[in-house]
Amino acid sequence: MVTIYERKAGERKPGLSRRELLKRGGVGALLVISGSAVISPEHAWGLETSALKPETMATLIQMARDIYPHDQVPDKYYAIAVKAHDEQAGKDPAHKDLIENGIADLDLKSGKDGYTGLGWEEQRVAVLREIENTPFFQAVRGGLVVGLYNQKEVWPIFGYEGESYSKGGYMARGFDDIEWL
Amino acid sequence: MAAPFDLKNDGVVVIIGSGAGGGTLGNELAQKGIDVVILEAGGRHEYEDFINDEWDSFAQLAWTDKRTTSGDWRVAKDFPNLPAWIVKAVGGSTTHWAGASLRFQEHEFKTLSTYGKLEGANLLDWPITLADLEPYYAKAEDKLGVTLTNNIPGLPGNNNFKVMKAGADKLGYKECHTGRMAINSEPRDDRNACQQTGFCFQGCKWGAKWSTLYTEIPKGEATGHLEVRPNAMAIKINHDASGNVTGVVYADKDGKLQEQKARIVAVAGNSIESPRLLLNSVSNQFPDGLANSSGQVGKNYMRHTTGSVYGVFDKPVHMYRGTTMAGIIRDEARNDPSRGFVGGYELETLSLGLPFMAAFLNPGGWGRSFTTALDHYDHMAGMWIVGEDMPREDNRVTLHADMKDEHGMPVADVHFDDHANDTAMRDHAYKQGSALYAAVGATRTFPTPPYPSTHNLGTNRMSEKAADGVVNKHGQTHDIKNLFVSDGSQFTTGGAENPTLTIVSLAIRQADYIAEQMSAKSL
Repeated sequence: MVTIYERKAGERKPGLSRRELLKRGGVGALLVISGSAVISPEHAWGLETSALKPETMATLIQMARDIYPHDQVPDKYYAIAVKAHDEQAGKDPAHKDLIENGIADLDLKSGKDGYTGLGWEEQRVAVLREIENTPFFQAVRGGLVVGLYNQKEVWPIFGYEGESYSKGGYMARGFDDIEWL
Repeated sequence: MAAPFDLKNDGVVVIIGSGAGGGTLGNELAQKGIDVVILEAGGRHEYEDFINDEWDSFAQLAWTDKRTTSGDWRVAKDFPNLPAWIVKAVGGSTTHWAGASLRFQEHEFKTLSTYGKLEGANLLDWPITLADLEPYYAKAEDKLGVTLTNNIPGLPGNNNFKVMKAGADKLGYKECHTGRMAINSEPRDDRNACQQTGFCFQGCKWGAKWSTLYTEIPKGEATGHLEVRPNAMAIKINHDASGNVTGVVYADKDGKLQEQKARIVAVAGNSIESPRLLLNSVSNQFPDGLANSSGQVGKNYMRHTTGSVYGVFDKPVHMYRGTTMAGIIRDEARNDPSRGFVGGYELETLSLGLPFMAAFLNPGGWGRSFTTALDHYDHMAGMWIVGEDMPREDNRVTLHADMKDEHGMPVADVHFDDHANDTAMRDHAYKQGSALYAAVGATRTFPTPPYPSTHNLGTNRMSEKAADGVVNKHGQTHDIKNLFVSDGSQFTTGGAENPTLTIVSLAIRQADYIAEQMSAKSL
């Protein structure tokens, strides 16, 4: 169940003042928090949280990208990949604590502007290296292996074509089309 | 028409497992008019039900019942509850296998004589030779429709193979071809030809790859002498006061315990489940489990020395298109101790889809070193290393002291430590694989750690003397004459070859022996 939603054309963008943009600093101000949602004004999608704080979800999305950085993969897919933590947190208070406390700790270790306030990936990765053996980090990383890479929508970005039986396999579709050898 | 047999029918041969060993043995016996009940732990999914999706297929077919691991192998750290990637379904791991069908080499039946005593290794010669098995290899190759045998043309090479072949030529390897594959290169035995679909590991939706699911089993059922009972998890083998086995207790599809009476029992549940069942079959008479007077049940667990090498190129490869195991290099399979290890290894093309590549390329890995590899997924070529590993007494399957499954049966623990010979071989293969891809212009290569084991071998090994192993040269247990082992757990040593062809050959041979013994009233 994915509750990522596309914003309808003409819908008012949530208030995103220049001041807010500047305040958010480092991470390009791509994601904004509005009510219980994380919103990407530029890419017209939003993610509503039910158990986790939306700020937590926004940080989790950045953390997911820093763990498995693919510059050609839009934030939306990282958001979908970590969405399961919100669902699990709704059912399991221990999981909610794991994520909320984990993110709080991450922010604490990152200095006064928190994790997303660190401008360079290297700076954020240095903080992640400090916590990579914690159950929190392993829960986020482990979940991403399936949560990110098993999204059929991301496969074409990597050049993976997925299911092929219904197309008759690759017998007539390039199983041996290599030309550069 | 499948023949349903009564639980009290004590004239049947009960086979536990329907894969390469059990499925083949069942059909061979049924063809001879012998009544057989196969108890299969998994469900029955016909080939049109297979799924071209790695995780969905894994959920459909894989054996995911809890197991534990220990030892220094990396699988224990990366996949502590998944020591093996094998199948729980009718057809067993013949639904999942890649199809490589290679005969053992002569010296691989005589490893102790050939390699000599190696510290920390429990080497032993097989009680049979290549010459003993050759007629059965020939029958098995015909049964499976192995390419490049019986005038069957080889499969066409896909992109992944072409990269391998170009590198093999540059390195001067002489024996590189599209393999001896149990995959139809043309229609045969009422089955389709390969359509280069990929997803061989997920079950062949064309039925082009041999699997007992749609060959041996329906053929056996058609005789009226074979019943395959799915969702029947064997728990314990019973015996009488004379020490002969009398039946198998199993949990049926509703979890209810049943006992199928038997004249003969053949265990073919793969090298983790087979010793688990024997070890769990304790009684006052056999306090250490059945057929275990040697103490060897569960020991000498082998899993082949494996690993993969992936290479990234500046131009596209699309390795996932077509046959997963699309070709092989056999030059390193020889025994040549000057390389720093005994035994040898094969190099075989392999590809994983993006989801499994993410899971297996470097389990636990993260950050740009990891993700930039996946960024070039469509520019990757890949190969798998499969080499002979050393049997060791301490590498073993045991019953977990307190963890039990839903039926109250102790779960299996799989302990494995690499022998120094295994590590030396793997390192050599990593170097050769990387050099091969570099020779074709790879800009980066990845020595990828072993996946959960697909070739599980040796835990009920075959031996001349009863003290050295569990079964004799026919797979009959040394201790109990009407109890047989019919899977890869019989292997005395593992060879460098993918094991299925040898398992099938041994099963055909065992069926002849059982039929002879039955007509002679010795069984």
